[in-house]
Amino acid sequence: MAVSRDNLVAWIEALQQVYNENKEYLTKLDAAIGDADHGINMNRGFTAVKTELESNPPDNIASVLKSVAMTLIKKVGGASGPLYGTFFLRASTAVTGKEELDAAAVVSMFETGFSGIIQRGKAEVGDKTMVDAWTPALAAMNEALDSDASLKEVLEKGAAAAEQGMKDTIPLQAKKGRASYLGERSKGHQDPGATSTCLMLQKAAELWS
Amino acid sequence: MVGIVIVSHNHLLAVGLQEMALQMAHNRVKITTAGGVDNETTGTNAERIYQAIQDAYTPDGVLILFDLGSALLSTHIAIEMLTPEQQSRVSLCDAPIVEGAIAAAIEASLGHSLEEVTKAAKAAGSNQKFFDF
Repeated sequence: MAVSRDNLVAWIEALQQVYNENKEYLTKLDAAIGDADHGINMNRGFTAVKTELESNPPDNIASVLKSVAMTLIKKVGGASGPLYGTFFLRASTAVTGKEELDAAAVVSMFETGFSGIIQRGKAEVGDKTMVDAWTPALAAMNEALDSDASLKEVLEKGAAAAEQGMKDTIPLQAKKGRASYLGERSKGHQDPGATSTCLMLQKAAELWS
Repeated sequence: MVGIVIVSHNHLLAVGLQEMALQMAHNRVKITTAGGVDNETTGTNAERIYQAIQDAYTPDGVLILFDLGSALLSTHIAIEMLTPEQQSRVSLCDAPIVEGAIAAAIEASLGHSLEEVTKAAKAAGSNQKFFDF
């Protein structure tokens, strides 16, 4: 399949449900090493995103992503607001004028969005952040693209790699964000940002197939 | 005159600090606030910060003070939303927010430049609070 504007909106609206259902889980992860607000913030942000998309439906792919970005930077509150906001804003620049996205365009959208996360947060692999889920996910998606995999296969590989990357954050010592204040004590906990990223990619793999 | 923006995760904290700094500077300076996601919700909001910068903006420039974590990231987004000319007249200052805001307010009220106001706010962070009596 190729991802249309409606498929994109369906994914984002489904993310509202994902973050609503995982509000307690993400907040519990964040309580261990952060300020216990990641679940609440993501749920508030995506609830506002859904409301905005319903009341002012954008007519194309790029403008949907831009609308999501602007709502997230206003409503999330924590660091994930500027980070995911920049992700969606930058992602929109990769799909300007496109009516639908094939596998390569979807990966390019994620990759361009991710470059915004790096620029905004300045985190590196191993810092125990969402970067630790995005980096292996993008590598796996690009590898799948190179072997002419379908969109479904590309996304499944990406989601699986994100999940592994998320689990691999457990032994890491945090180098960015509030968790870094804990030093050694941040070890042994799964990073909430890597977890919210993993959930995002898993939902795309489930819906865009 | 240089304007001052206070960015905080909490609305009341930002407004309280604004009130205190204005009193110290005898109301002779413009200070705006962007505290909280909204007046009730803890966090920062890039759009609110952008608006606060616009409201404090003068051709002499704007000094921005911020509290924790996401305040810096949200402020970066707000600055990117400004025109290039405005961006060149914005100073984002790594200073303790309370001491920095008061030092900056006094310095700005005296008509000093953005560079001088920034320097004063930064220096306020290394002022000693303990004294031998």
